[in-house]
Amino acid sequence: MSFNSRRNLFFLGMLGFGVLYLWGLKGLPDFGRYEGVYGITLNKVAVAQTHATNLVAAVTFDYRGFDTLGEEFILFAAVVGVAILLRAQRDEAATADEEAEESKDESRSAPHTSDAVRVLGLALIGPTVLFGLYVVAHGHLTPGGGLSGGVVLATAALLVYLTGEYVALRRVSPESLTELAESVGAGGYAAVGFLGLLAGQAFLTNVLPLGTTGQLNSSGTILLINLAVSVEVAGGFSLILAEFLEQTLLVRERKHG
Amino acid sequence: MSYLPFAVAAWLFAVGLYGIVTSRHLIHLVICLSVLQSSTYVLLLAIGYRTGASAPIFVEIPPGAPVVDPVVQALTLTNSVVAATVSALLLALAVQVHKKAGTFDPDELDILHG
Repeated sequence: MSFNSRRNLFFLGMLGFGVLYLWGLKGLPDFGRYEGVYGITLNKVAVAQTHATNLVAAVTFDYRGFDTLGEEFILFAAVVGVAILLRAQRDEAATADEEAEESKDESRSAPHTSDAVRVLGLALIGPTVLFGLYVVAHGHLTPGGGLSGGVVLATAALLVYLTGEYVALRRVSPESLTELAESVGAGGYAAVGFLGLLAGQAFLTNVLPLGTTGQLNSSGTILLINLAVSVEVAGGFSLILAEFLEQTLLVRERKHG
Repeated sequence: MSYLPFAVAAWLFAVGLYGIVTSRHLIHLVICLSVLQSSTYVLLLAIGYRTGASAPIFVEIPPGAPVVDPVVQALTLTNSVVAATVSALLLALAVQVHKKAGTFDPDELDILHG
């Protein structure tokens, strides 16, 4: 299809979309006047029921826990997909290694990391890990939780890659560890769900002691699922970063070789 | 003013889709998809908003104070993380396409190579 006809088709489609969108908006309450029964009910009862003060976490990991389990597996599948697509195929890796062996010449190797990046990166790794752990651990109390905290933790892995020589990191690649973290996180979520079955109730029922509202060790399974998700997200995102950096090396070596 | 969030959502959807339809570069296409996806976040959060209400975090707010809808916020939260990994998956596909076909232009990919 030519460029112009494609664009015309787009404008035709947008016209239809615009009509349907306006029609849909007519059925919505005005902005700021939402009166959804589900949300209002949860706002009234959720803190008493789950002892979690962050209602977003309570909804994500308890009331809609089964839904989030599905989303976790979408995430898991996407990360596995990235790993499969980017993992160097056997012949690719072999030629890249040979080329790397041949080109010991300085001018052909990857540019060195500047000292400024290295110092700043090293200084940031500690605070980033601490902040990530804080966000994860307080997920059921204040904004944050396993999903966002996991991404912050994965940023620490990125800082490690930035400050180290990535050629050296290839030899001590923590890929098996990140893979393990990703699988343990995804499996851990499902395992917490089975606790409900063991207690003779539905899958993912919050059966653990709820503790005191506002304390770190409260809200039962929400806290456990939160931790499992953080492990999965941190592992998954680190794995994605590692795979992309590996690709960069492969492409760079090919260009120079 | 009350329709502004819905207009922003529609605008993000439209420009994102326009970018995808007319894209000449696969990386550009993936970014456009991210823009398109963010329209759903704006729409969800706009629907759940209540004027003058605070976030659904029950710490240090007076009892009975109005709070926005937590359900749409939870949906947006999970959605955004999944969207990031899906973008990564698409970028990985783009890398492989470039390796096999030597181009990022989707228009030059219409011939299938066995």
